[in-house]
Amino acid sequence: MRLNDCDPGFKHEVAAEPGGEGIRACFACAACSARCPVGAHRPDYDPRRIIRLTLLGRRDEVLASPLIWLCSSCYTCGEVCPQKVRFTEVITAIKNIAAREGHAPPSAKITAELLAKQGRLLEVTEFENEKRADLGLPLVEQRPGDFQAILGLKPAEGEAGEEPR
Amino acid sequence: MKALLFLGCTVPVRNLNYELSARKVCETLGVELVDDAALACCGYPLKGTDQAHALTIAARALAQARGQGLPLVALCSACAGTLAEAEHYLAHHPDEAARVNQDLAPLGLEYEPGVRVSHLVRYLLEEVGLEAIKAKMTRDLGQFSFAPHYGCHYLKPAETIGGLDDPEAPTSLGRLIEATGAKVDNYPRLKDCCGGGVLGADEELAGAMAGAKLAELDARGVAALVLVCPFCNVMYEGQQKAIAKRLDTKFKVPVIYLTQLLGLGLGLDPDELGFKLNRAKPKELLAAFKA
Repeated sequence: MRLNDCDPGFKHEVAAEPGGEGIRACFACAACSARCPVGAHRPDYDPRRIIRLTLLGRRDEVLASPLIWLCSSCYTCGEVCPQKVRFTEVITAIKNIAAREGHAPPSAKITAELLAKQGRLLEVTEFENEKRADLGLPLVEQRPGDFQAILGLKPAEGEAGEEPR
Repeated sequence: MKALLFLGCTVPVRNLNYELSARKVCETLGVELVDDAALACCGYPLKGTDQAHALTIAARALAQARGQGLPLVALCSACAGTLAEAEHYLAHHPDEAARVNQDLAPLGLEYEPGVRVSHLVRYLLEEVGLEAIKAKMTRDLGQFSFAPHYGCHYLKPAETIGGLDDPEAPTSLGRLIEATGAKVDNYPRLKDCCGGGVLGADEELAGAMAGAKLAELDARGVAALVLVCPFCNVMYEGQQKAIAKRLDTKFKVPVIYLTQLLGLGLGLDPDELGFKLNRAKPKELLAAFKA
């Protein structure tokens, strides 16, 4: 590793994201790694290592790594961290930066598009509502309007959801 | 007791047995659940890549609940956790609350701190209370042993949703199982994460995580694994066969929702509790209630 390949600003960039500030407090005890349920099955996924690489400024290596997408968001690391680093939040901050630079898995874009189209992740059609009615459950609706406004996304032509308000 | 029901995206489409049993149990315990079709996504699916928008979407739900003056109750642990975290974060970050409110203003909504968000199970424990729930039980399920699965977002982060239970030694689901007279199996992998959070990124990894718990429970022979979250259900029930195949093994672990178990204890009919929709059926349990 050469110092010239490191970006000393990366840790500040991560710390400036919501939830990212905890990275400053890490003293590398590895309690997070010891208890990580993902690491138990995939030893190459190591929270402490991701924190160290970030603190060292290995920006490109961290942001392009497929490993950062393996956090199961279980929060176990945060419960055992003596320094309140809140690694789940830190890795979320790192993933957000990675996503802005085009490293997100394709499913991320689809998620936003589904919300803009349906106002919910899973589609509700007449089929679902008939099944619900048969069981005596109230109907559910798709109201994508608010989600389109929040996300600044318009659905493709002919897919605009009707707003029942 | 009255609460606004946050159904989320998954439960009303994929987990009607959970919804049915939750509604029946609430009715039996005197809890009125109010429906609101405008409530939909909690924001969680966007959090990993776009926290700012995820927070606005969560704040939208919080603003709607605030408008109705009711506590928000979710069936999904990820919804409950995301909404509770958003409430905690926005209440402590006025600058972010102001940013969110700029985005909500065109929708005619305004976030203000102070919305109480609970997972349904927590709401039942805190509002109805364990003793009152016990007092309403009419069936004794003492012949059965159940394995609770707490999952992650029901308990953690303790910093934002703590106070109900100890994430390192949880007992709240066990106490509710015991309220039916049944025994609780606090198996070694009790606290394992289901792996659902990485299913989209790495199916094999997610399967290995869920499979470890399923293999252990299969060997212990419980009447059912008891869940409180539809995402955990995707792994333990929906993926169970595929996981066994991939691990080149065989296991058959019955999977039910806690509200289905409580409903049985409360004397409700298995059909009213949606057991017909369970795929990893608790045969031993249902056989005991055949007319």
